[in-house]
Amino acid sequence: MQLIKKGEFVSDSFATVEDDAELPEGSIIVSLERWQAERDSLSERNTPLGVRLKSGQEPSVIADDLDKFAVVALEFPAYRNGRAYSYARLLRERYGYKGEIRAVGNVLRDQFQYMIRVGFDALEVADNITPDIYKRAVGTFTHAYQPGADGSVSVFSLRHR
Amino acid sequence: MYRYDEFDHELVHERVAQFRDQVGRRLKGELTEDEFKPLRLMNGLYLQLHAYMLRVAIPYGTLSSRQLHKLAEIGRVYDKGYGHFTTRQNLQFNWPKLKDVPDLLADLATVEMHAIQTSGNCIRNVTSDQYAGVAQDEIEDPRIISEVIRQWSTFHPEFSYLPRKFKIAVCATPDDRAAIRVHDIGIQVVRNASGEVGYEIYVGGGLGRTPMIGKKLNDFVPKADILAYLESVMRVYNMHGRRDNMYKARIKILVHEIGAEEMRRQVDAEFAEVKKAGHLELPMAELERIQAYFAAPEYETLPEVSPEFEAAKKADKDFANWVRANTAPHRVPGYAIVNISLKPNGGTPGDCSSDQMDVVADAAEKYSLGEIRVTHEQNLTLANVKQSDLHALYQMLEANGLGTSNIGLITDQIACPGLDYCALANARSIPIAQQISERFQDLERQHHIGELKINTSGCINACGHHHVGHIGILGVDKKGVEYYQVTLGGAADQQTAVGDIVGPAFTEGEIVDAIETIVETYIDLRKDGERFIDTYRRVGVDPFKETLYATH
Ligand code: SF4
Repeated sequence: MQLIKKGEFVSDSFATVEDDAELPEGSIIVSLERWQAERDSLSERNTPLGVRLKSGQEPSVIADDLDKFAVVALEFPAYRNGRAYSYARLLRERYGYKGEIRAVGNVLRDQFQYMIRVGFDALEVADNITPDIYKRAVGTFTHAYQPGADGSVSVFSLRHR
Repeated sequence: MYRYDEFDHELVHERVAQFRDQVGRRLKGELTEDEFKPLRLMNGLYLQLHAYMLRVAIPYGTLSSRQLHKLAEIGRVYDKGYGHFTTRQNLQFNWPKLKDVPDLLADLATVEMHAIQTSGNCIRNVTSDQYAGVAQDEIEDPRIISEVIRQWSTFHPEFSYLPRKFKIAVCATPDDRAAIRVHDIGIQVVRNASGEVGYEIYVGGGLGRTPMIGKKLNDFVPKADILAYLESVMRVYNMHGRRDNMYKARIKILVHEIGAEEMRRQVDAEFAEVKKAGHLELPMAELERIQAYFAAPEYETLPEVSPEFEAAKKADKDFANWVRANTAPHRVPGYAIVNISLKPNGGTPGDCSSDQMDVVADAAEKYSLGEIRVTHEQNLTLANVKQSDLHALYQMLEANGLGTSNIGLITDQIACPGLDYCALANARSIPIAQQISERFQDLERQHHIGELKINTSGCINACGHHHVGHIGILGVDKKGVEYYQVTLGGAADQQTAVGDIVGPAFTEGEIVDAIETIVETYIDLRKDGERFIDTYRRVGVDPFKETLYATH
């Protein structure tokens, strides 16, 4: 796995921690369950914190806590399961979340551009993805008919500029 | 009709390039068939029993002559010289080779066509009324909002991996020719008390193994809010639709499980939020831009009755029969709507040869402002023909095997591809439709029987819409033998109903006789002027049960 953040291949500064594992030093991503069970102690840490939502765990459950999270990771259990596209948009557009939204799980190259358009800015991708493949994938379509949560303007509006 | 601008062209060309790359990766072995499958399905390419099948989108069923000529050419170059029009107003080619598909798509793009979202779990090609723009009681041309929806739903980043496929239909007349209540979303264009045009929304209709009739979720969505409303329905579905079982994944199951009330509450809550955010309001300038493409053409001022036309009907009885069955009143005096039947005696419903496509394209060019519509009943429509041209048009069609006079009659059947093509089928559909067509070929008898819709599906997936046929035929498999189950009383119009199962299924040898028994029973029972469906609604299933199973 490698991490692409805002178009750059970067090393992941966050450790994803299993629910039964001890918490390491430094930046961590925990499950929603762990956040809910240990929110007080987790809030007291002075290092960046992320939370990971499974498909079915809707962002409304963390809407009031979003200022605590540097990362919200959204799981794609299968490429066919598109729930997290809606979750990302809600986080950006409805809850005004400005931190990192990371796509994790089954994230295919043919989906990168859609993910970015709904508000993901970090993608955890397979090792065979090269910068060249990434660039081509996210440049597949120059414009979109829909306004994007990444700030892109819809064709409907562009036509009347 | 709508014409692409630079943005539309760019998207379609970029799509062709993307698919060419994907096919290239597959042919080089960089992608396995399993990995390639979701990619090709996003582009209407299916692997059928014998070959690949490509489904070409015909947005809301409207085609120009130029486009139809191109489809004819594609049929010759990449297929066996024909194509098949579907109940989704699309066209399928049954024999393209994988390596040729990128070129085929590039050819389509030259005439502003594509195969985008004709399959896969996304918002499919939006369908509408084939009489759009010319129906007498229309509120507004339904293609305006259909085109808006086509664009909005194309490559929608949030809604391309839905729990299941998603179908939207639009209708703008009280007579529903688009079957909106059996779609995931049905949109009825309406006018409110203050004269504003807006949209009544039905959600959760569908056929398949669990047929459901759509529930009305909203009486009036204003124009500017329609995308915000649709997006709200889609988001509720995308987040809450079931993904654990593909047979329970359609929105109709969600609506059924939580109830229409709760669905409405969730959609309304979402809608309020989406509207607050504001950026999905449909720009009025854009609506007007699209509307201008569907402005009424300049019609000639013609007399209400054309003397040549009346004389031709008297002189040519076949022509008079064709006029009676295949034409409909036009909202402008002196014009007519013409339906071209793709259900010749013993033929495959919806099939059209490349040569016939060229004939229809030429006929449209000459007699109907260069425009053709595809109907969900698998026929074609020329919407703007002068009455005085009807006879010449008829002769041109008749000379090319396109003059069948059976629109709305018993041989104007819908049938899915069935076991002759489809990998999912239990039984053959086309041969059954062909046998029925042959049995009832006598035109006088057909007129005597009157309006009757027979729909046949080769399996429970119901692509042949058997649930909503006045007579529905469903192919079932019993220990490896093909059987046919019959339903009665279905309808897809404004009184949408799912047909009742009449009793035990029939064998292939029995089914056509059974249909004939049903028809004879109806004729014995009908009162003056009653159509089959009217009689059925009055008497119910019992008299048919008696005659059917008494004779077996
Ligand atoms: S109804 Fe069944 S047999 Fe017919 S086309 Fe659909 S899936 Fe195939």
